[in-house]
Amino acid sequence: MRIHLTSIFVDDQRAARTFYTEVLGFEVRHEIPLGDDFWLTVVSPEAPDGPELLLEPSGHPAVKPYRDAMLEDGIPLAQFTVADLQAEYERLTSLGVLFTQPPTDIGTAHVAVFDDTCGNLIQLVAMKPAAT
Amino acid sequence: MADVYHALDDETRRLILDELARRNGQSLFELCSALTMRHGIGSTRQAISQHLAVLEAAGLVTTERRGRTKLHHFNREPLAVINERWPPAGKDL
Repeated sequence: MRIHLTSIFVDDQRAARTFYTEVLGFEVRHEIPLGDDFWLTVVSPEAPDGPELLLEPSGHPAVKPYRDAMLEDGIPLAQFTVADLQAEYERLTSLGVLFTQPPTDIGTAHVAVFDDTCGNLIQLVAMKPAAT
Repeated sequence: MADVYHALDDETRRLILDELARRNGQSLFELCSALTMRHGIGSTRQAISQHLAVLEAAGLVTTERRGRTKLHHFNREPLAVINERWPPAGKDL
């Protein structure tokens, strides 16, 4: 068994497509019209055959209270890995991305949390090299 | 306003203030991570949230919004009652 696809809810799929590609740098893998919405997935250019992230419409009434509560308490709903967290923090900040947690050393890794402008907080993680 | 002495009478709440003294402006998620990773505190988020509510009621913690996320700050002003009641010895001389 392996994880092929996971999903997060987004307020607006078109805005999410722009943010996840133009700001974060992911690539659209699937964009299939489904009524008023799309089956919209993105992948990392570093792993084009790797896991897809489904950017799912947030119309279900249970989504808003759930995500509002997660946002208020600063709880990220997805986690992406980067090699150099400080560089990524500076790059995204210069593009206007709001961080709710600046790069922080948590022992085994450096982490930070940003607002994806689509209703979610996302955690960035840079693992420290394993001690030898 | 809740009692400052009561708010301080709990090691987890004192550690929360330590973490905010180290870096102000942390979310509940961030504080829970710090308490777990740095202090081995395994309390639930709900429990930490309740501790924050006690500190906030005593005026020791204030909150602000960053985007839609609530960030917590350490407010030292209520601690003045301790020094006023028992001034450091040197100040009486």
